[in-house]
Parts: sequence; C-alpha cells; structure tokens
Amino acid sequence: MSTAAATHDDHHDHHHAPTGLKRWLFSTNHKDIGTLYLWFSFAMFLSGGFLAMVIRAELLEPGMQFVDPEFFNQMTTVHGLVMVFGAVMPATVGLANWMIPLMIGAPDMALPRMNNWSFWILPFAFTILIGSVVMSAFGAGNPSAPNFGWTFYAPLSTKYGPASTDLFILSVHMMGISSIMGAINVVVTVFNMRAPGMTLMKMPLFVWTWLITAFLLIAVIPVLAGAVTMMLTDRHFGTSFFDAAGGGDPVLFQHVFWFFGHPEVYIMILPSFGIVSAIIPAFARKPLFGYASMVYATASIALLSFVVWAHHMFTVGMPLAGTLFFMYMTMLISVPTGVKVFNWVATMWRGSMTFELPMKWAIAFVVLFTCGGLSGLMLAITPVDFQYHDTYFVVAHFHYVLVTGAIFSIFAAAYYWLPKWSGIMPNKTLGELHFWNSLISANLLFFPMHFVGLAGMPRRYADYALQFADYNFWISIGGFWFGLSQLLFLAVTVLCAMKKGEKAPAKPWEGAEGLEWEVPSPAPFHTYDTPPVVK
Amino acid sequence: MSDEQLSVEQRNKRTLKKLLIWAVAMFGFAFLMVPFYNVICDVTGLNGKTSSTAATQAPETVVADRTVTVEFITQKGDGISGEFTSETKRVKVHPGEITLVHFFASNPTSSDMITQSIPSVTPGEAARYLHKTQCFCFDQQTLLAGERKDMPMIFYLDPEIPSHINQFTLSYTIFDVTERVAGKNNSVAAN
Repeated sequence: MSTAAATHDDHHDHHHAPTGLKRWLFSTNHKDIGTLYLWFSFAMFLSGGFLAMVIRAELLEPGMQFVDPEFFNQMTTVHGLVMVFGAVMPATVGLANWMIPLMIGAPDMALPRMNNWSFWILPFAFTILIGSVVMSAFGAGNPSAPNFGWTFYAPLSTKYGPASTDLFILSVHMMGISSIMGAINVVVTVFNMRAPGMTLMKMPLFVWTWLITAFLLIAVIPVLAGAVTMMLTDRHFGTSFFDAAGGGDPVLFQHVFWFFGHPEVYIMILPSFGIVSAIIPAFARKPLFGYASMVYATASIALLSFVVWAHHMFTVGMPLAGTLFFMYMTMLISVPTGVKVFNWVATMWRGSMTFELPMKWAIAFVVLFTCGGLSGLMLAITPVDFQYHDTYFVVAHFHYVLVTGAIFSIFAAAYYWLPKWSGIMPNKTLGELHFWNSLISANLLFFPMHFVGLAGMPRRYADYALQFADYNFWISIGGFWFGLSQLLFLAVTVLCAMKKGEKAPAKPWEGAEGLEWEVPSPAPFHTYDTPPVVK
Repeated sequence: MSDEQLSVEQRNKRTLKKLLIWAVAMFGFAFLMVPFYNVICDVTGLNGKTSSTAATQAPETVVADRTVTVEFITQKGDGISGEFTSETKRVKVHPGEITLVHFFASNPTSSDMITQSIPSVTPGEAARYLHKTQCFCFDQQTLLAGERKDMPMIFYLDPEIPSHINQFTLSYTIFDVTERVAGKNNSVAAN
C-alpha cells in the first residue's frame, strides 16, 4: 500500500540531491535532519555545560570569586533552559528522526518538510536565548539575561523580570513550536508509515516510548506556550494572571508551569527507557524480558505524569487532602518504573553478557537512574519534602535522573548506533576513557550534593555557609572533570564523522535485533524504498 | 471514506490535522486553567483566598464556649511609601460573633493614589470560614494626597469552623494601582 508513494518520491530526488550547505539547509531527509539535531544538541550540551562550569567555579570556594550573584543567577537559569530544551530534548528528537523510520521500515518521516522546519527553528531560538547571556557578559551596561531560574516563576519573571525576559518568551515559543512539530511527525510516522506486518505490539520499544513521548509533547508543550503567553500579556498588556495587585495569583503560575513541567520530565526520560530496552537485550543476547509490560508501564507513567504536578510545590500551602493525593500519586509512579527496572535486570539475568561500550552506558543508566528514582521517592513524601525543598538534595535528584539517566542513555544510543550512522566503529580507547571518566566524575559531582542538601544548603545561591566548603570543593572538581571528559566524546564523534577508524559491518553487534541492522552501514541516503515485510 | 482506501499522504494529512487540533486545544486548556483555578480556590479556600464579596447573611448562632484567635498582618506592596497598619494585631473571637477591626493607610505623597488590598489567610483551610460583611478590600480605595484613611473591616467566623482551627492569620497586602486604573481608563477613552 505504501510502496507506490514511497518509490515515487524517491525517484524524484535521487538524482539531484543537493550538496554542501544546501543539503543541510533544505534537507527533508530524516537521516540528515537526525544528524543535524544530534550535532545541534551536542553543541548545546557543551554550551550549557560551559555555563555549569561558571557555576561550579564560583562555588569552588566560599565567598565571591569570579562573578557577582546577579550573573550567577543568569548562569543557573540559562544552564537549565539550554540543557532541558537545547540538549536533552533535541538529542532524543534526533535519535527519533534517525532511528524510527529505520526501525519500522518506513522510507522517511511522514512529513519531511515540516521536519526540516522543526529543526531549523531551533538554532534561531537558542541564538536569541544565548544571545541574551552574551549581551549580559559583554554588552554595554551588561543588561541582565533571564535570571529567574529555569522554572521562571512569577512574579520573578513577570514583574521583576529583566528586559531580556521577552527574548526568553519568544525563544520558548519557538522551541515549543519545534517540539510540537517534531512530536506530530513522530505520531504520524508511527501510525501511518509502518512496514506491512509491523503491528504496534511488534514495534521496538524505542518506537513505543517515543510514540508515548510524542503524545505527551503535544499535550503539554501548548500549556507551556500558554504560560509564557500569560507572562507576556502580564508584562506588557495589562493583564493580571499572576499579579496579586490586579486580582491574579502568582501560585497559579506554578500550577500551570508544573502541569507542563512534570510530563516534561517524562518527555526527557521515556526515550531513554526505549534506548536501554534496545541495548540491554542486544548485549545480554536474550529477548527483552516482559515486552508487553514495558509498553503498558510506559503508558502508565505517561498517564500518571498528569496527576502529580503539585509535588513540586508542596510548600505553597495546600490543603492536607491535596498534598496526600499528590504524594500517593507520585509514589504510585514507582510501580511502573520499578516494572521497567526489574525487566531490564531480568533481561540480563543468565544472559551471555558482554560489556561493549553501549552496554556499559546502559548498565550505568540502570543503576544510576534508579539511584535518582529513589531520591525522587524520598522527595515525594510531603513532610520530608518540606525539609528537602529547594536544597541541593533536589539538585542531586534531578541531575541523577537527567545526567546519569537521560544523558548517559543518549551516550549509550550514540555508541550503539554510531556504526550505523557513520559506518565507522567508535574509537574504543577514547570511548572507554570517556565512559570511565564520566562515570566516576559524575558521581563525584552529584553524589555529595545529597549530603549538602540534607544538611540544608539551599540551591540557586552564589555562596554558601562555611561548613559546606569541603563538599563543594569536591563537587566542583567532579564538575570540571565531567565537563572535560565530554571533550573525549567530541573526539569520538568527530573521528566517526571524518570516517577515521575501523569500518563497521551492517550489524556490528552480534546480539542486536531489529530492522535497522538489515541495511548497510553507513545507512544509505534512502532506505526501505520498498517496505520490508515483517513476520 | 475508510482509512484503507486513502493513500499514505491523505492519511498523514488526516492524522496531522487531528494532532494540530489537539495541540491548539491544549493551548486553550492552559487558559482554561485560570478560571478553573479561581473556582477551586473560591470553593475550597485553597491558597488562603477569602471571598471577594460581602457576606449578606447574619450568623445564626454564637458559639460562646469556643474562642478562635485571629491575627492581622499588613504588608506594603510596590509603590506604597506611607503607612499601612492594623489597629488590632490579634483578637480572640467566638465563632458567630461580629467583630470590627480598623486598618489605617496613609498617602504621604503629593498626588492622589488608588490602592487595592489583597487578603490571604494562613492556614488556607480557614479561609472559607471567614465571612466579611464589610471590607476595604472589596473595592479600590482612593487615598487623597496627604490623607490618612481609616479602613474598617467587619467579619465573623462561621459557627461551623472545625475544632482544630484555633488560630489563623489574615494578611493584607496593599498595592498602588493608580497607573493600572489610569491605563484602563485611557484605553477605554481611546476606544
């Protein structure tokens, strides 16, 4: 059924594919766009990481060293925004672009032109956002970049927001449009472009998790757009959504924001679940344990994510019944998440395991993500949260789930699929160095944050009480170490891109399963012009 | 036409349209959360919001064997340079008993000022048992240049107030809304 259309399209542009800059600017090819997304997200990862280095440099010793507190606030804000919207989300969209059509036997994404647009909005969005930081650091009079934290709570971001808040609002709108279009593309592709015989319950889990992520994106990114629109009208058009003086309520902002914000954290982690569910079976040489339960667990996590948002705001003064509801719902999420973790462990159980680079990252993900999940469970307990709220314990928690969770799994995906993308095996020596340095430094960086957090060190301050000095010194050392380690990954990817290294066969991993390994490495520009038949 | 008869492009367009409608609807939902939140706050007293209209019914009974302590806090919002205080800092009342409290605000500047006071109750669950028959917060108050104004507030507590609420705080924040009101009038005039 889809054969005719697919081959027609393909014959059309096969012979005059553009080259050079035009190839990338006008690309409608899912592989090229996937590559663009991945490079872009890596550039953002390094930029956001640089901001984190400024933060850690300032916190290396107590007292003020390098930056003033006002600039420090801009660093924490833009670091968070760049990492969430610029690094993690585009990286998973890039993986989706590259892998979903290959995994379901489709010739391309369903809406290739929209795909081009959804990528090319992003560089402009982040130029606007990061431009405000450059202006703040070097511009005349040092106008402030956004300085209200990545959660941009009102009234900090409305009444007290710097002029650059409007740049931030525009930038968030653009990122949102990009994300929504990317998500729509994934849903349409998965629904309509599957090869014959590729039923929903035969899809690889990466496709499943991304399908559910896409639905979450379409549901909550418009709510984020609504929140920033309300900010904009509060700032300039005389409305009072969040302004008490005009009858509004700043706490309303937190409800709207976290209604977006909590599903957002699953948007960042669900694709990781899919990646790990592809890699662990490949290197344990066993089929994934409990495939169907994995699908249902992912869907349950997504549904539950809509009824837990107020656990981010237990301290605003909610009725007891409200806090209990959000506490129990939050704890309930550990059930489907636990199902997943046990399924991964059961997949490894008595498998013929080998520990190639993707597997190392995947196992590190399972262990460290679970660590972040457990601290999340602690934070879910309302009375305990009153103590932990806005301390470094929270910082430790979400960096465990996002850095050693989401980002480690993205590295796992990169090492797993780089042979397919580039036709070159990632350099083993550099890869091993990257893994071990990242693993040790990330734990040195984030684990002591639990301790200083429990001892009462608040987050988002440019200074701290003297008793936290020793821990912060080591946290900063871990931070610089982790940051520098990522340059090793830059070397790995540049070597692959320059085609330097061992040539990769079509299926470089002996135990790997899936349609993506049926095509040659590197994957040709056009694949599955004739859909494969899945049995 | 059933899905089977459509080409892939047509089905893609159809799915695209459905998803776009959903995205637009969710954008609308964000704004729908605003009235929804206000209704929930009004009904449950969530977030310590007190009713913004005067209570019209007199209390049915006075529970003479219970006393509840009500504390009053005043805060000055943006643009307020003068005084804003409550004459009474704390008062013990019987539920159902009608009580009068005086607040004072002054305007030391040389121009008239329109103010709006915003109430908030902590703990929030007490908010729905606080009934105000008269309050300066129901309307905007004009402070003439140099004026010190007595702003009375009359309230009673619901006789049904749960027994575990023995004490709560009513806070008022006063805001200078002169420019906001002027802006509205200007835009009306321009129209």
